[in-house]
Amino acid sequence: MAEVLVLAELNPADGGPRKTTLEALTAARVLGEPSAVVLGAPGTAAGIKDVLAEYGAVKVYVAESDDVDAYLVAPKAEVLAQLVAERSPAAVVIPSSPEGKEIAGRLAIKTGSGFLTDVTEIAADGTATQVAFAGATIVHSQVTVGTPIYTLRGNSVTPEPAPAAGTEEAVQVAVSEAAKQTRVLDRVVEQKSNRPELTEAAIVVSGGRGVASAENFSVIEGLADSLGGAVGASRAAVDSGFYPHSFQVGQTGKTVSPQLYIAVGISGAIQHRAGMQTSKTIVAVNKDPEAPIFELADFGVVGDLFTVVPAATEQISARK
Amino acid sequence: MNIVVLVKQVPDSGSERKLDPSDNTVARATADNVINEMDEYAIEEALTVKEAHGGEVTVLTVGPDTATDAIRKALSMGADKAVHVSDPAIHGSCAPQTSAIIAAALSQLEYDLVLCGAESTDGQVSVMPALISERLGIPQLSGARKLTIEGSMAKIERQTDGGYWEVEAPLPAIVSTWDTINEPRYPSFKGIMAAKKKPVETKTLADLGIDPSTVGLATATSRVVDSAGRPPKGEGVKVADEGDGAEKLVGYLAAQKIV
Ligand SMILES: Cc1cc2nc3c(=O)[nH]c(=O)nc-3n(C[C@H](O)[C@H](O)[C@H](O)COP(=O)(O)OP(=O)(O)OC[C@H]3O[C@@H](n4cnc5c(N)ncnc54)[C@H](O)[C@@H]3O)c2cc1C
Ligand SMILES: Nc1ncnc2c1ncn2[C@@H]1O[C@H](COP(=O)(O)O)[C@@H](O)[C@H]1O
Repeated sequence: MAEVLVLAELNPADGGPRKTTLEALTAARVLGEPSAVVLGAPGTAAGIKDVLAEYGAVKVYVAESDDVDAYLVAPKAEVLAQLVAERSPAAVVIPSSPEGKEIAGRLAIKTGSGFLTDVTEIAADGTATQVAFAGATIVHSQVTVGTPIYTLRGNSVTPEPAPAAGTEEAVQVAVSEAAKQTRVLDRVVEQKSNRPELTEAAIVVSGGRGVASAENFSVIEGLADSLGGAVGASRAAVDSGFYPHSFQVGQTGKTVSPQLYIAVGISGAIQHRAGMQTSKTIVAVNKDPEAPIFELADFGVVGDLFTVVPAATEQISARK
Repeated sequence: MNIVVLVKQVPDSGSERKLDPSDNTVARATADNVINEMDEYAIEEALTVKEAHGGEVTVLTVGPDTATDAIRKALSMGADKAVHVSDPAIHGSCAPQTSAIIAAALSQLEYDLVLCGAESTDGQVSVMPALISERLGIPQLSGARKLTIEGSMAKIERQTDGGYWEVEAPLPAIVSTWDTINEPRYPSFKGIMAAKKKPVETKTLADLGIDPSTVGLATATSRVVDSAGRPPKGEGVKVADEGDGAEKLVGYLAAQKIV
């Protein structure tokens, strides 16, 4: 059976594989036998091989080197290109983070291949589904040249275990000088939270300008916590200083696709929709009955968020 | 400091956008075309760097003839001159092909710094800096929320999930900017008038030494097989809060088995 390379994306906090990696392993199975590729500083692969095998990795290529970690993107693309040349895989699947897309792009140039980003589904014949124009259009695309390279949008596929051998194969890494130009000096984490990661969460509760202050965001956090969800924000809320930028949902923020998205005090501008429109169920609370977010909502409450949301939080907590 | 800013014209994200049913490329002729809003941040950053370090700002666009509007906007903000690559053979090019055209055009310019937006709002691929870096061998500093130039080095804060990475590279380099980096200026009346007299050089593929058969729809590395509007969602339920809004909301979540 054909081999499909799947790049493992790791969680910076604990070094474990991100959920997107398990999703990529799951999606890759329609194309062939997935082989996970672990790229990072020495010691990266030790703790995660078992999980990769559990989710279907027949092989685990381990390419560990300080150079891979010390420079931005280019070394990772170089190692992957080396593997593509050696193994001639049927395809390469990469989680669709900013870094993942950049690796895919470089790999495409190096291998003379086409690539498709932010795909939500891959069919057995290699056709990929993508959502374009802020979710308004669905397209099916194909790579026509070389080894198809896909980046898979988070939360598009449900990770399913499929235990495989996970045989480790060490890869010799020799990063060229050309790939060692952009040095990573520091990786700064600005806020840690105990809530699930925004792009991985099954439930996201977002607040907008209607929340009116940073203090009031505790109302949004309260509802999120009662549901075990993540907190998001509109750009207007971020620009007004109510919540940090890394929680922004939308075209220039995060793309989320949870089971449930609750938009509170958010009007539903096209740029906001771009980041949440594919959520399975959408709920909105807004005092303006004409707010465009209602066009999108499966369930909408026209009312003041400061009365509706705290009361809902209380009732949800009481049901536990 | 010679700075080149990559600017793309895109269909306005606030109006209806479509694919042309005849060949599944972005319908640009019928669209309400504007400068890619993300590129205004790159232009602003270029002007800021020029103000601090001197030099010249050149706008570079690959796109159809209508893209001159986007170029004028950039010039009216304060860029000095522009290069517009336009050729019918470019229609339908994929990202790797477009990057080859941009790279060839850059090779005919003198630059210490290339700036571009973090993404184009029509394709939302966010890969152009990586592709250009790969093709020209200049370092990529992508996703900047802050840029500092110190001597022959450029340093950025690369926006990440929960914070930022500090990364640096020697010039010449390509830097892409997020909308968190600055507040783009509005063109002044004087700027708009001045823009009309600024030089815009038009180049074809032949001028760049590119064989037309290597770009465009026919040889693109990927293609759209079909497209459709997303099926409309079933009519949602909208209720007014009459003191029972929370109850109805929780009732809905319970019916969906979420709580
Ligand atoms: C280049 C570019 C990129 C952008 N990227 C993004 C992006 O990534 N994400 C994003 O979100 N936006 C983005 N935007 C901005 C976008 O266009 C909107 O301006 C923004 O989404 C509006 O945020 P909002 O809905 O919170 O604010 P508003 O549009 O001001 O809406 C606030 C809503 O709150 C309601 N409200 C007020 N008080 C209450 C109350 N007490 N109870 C209930 N409801 C109340 C109001 O009725 C209103 O509908 C971008 C714009 C540009 C130009
Ligand atoms: N055809 C083009 N002409 C000039 N610049 C472009 C073009 N396409 C993309 N860019 C630049 O690359 C950035 C990222 O685009 P993208 O990778 O398509 O999301 C944009 O913000 C532009 O600055």
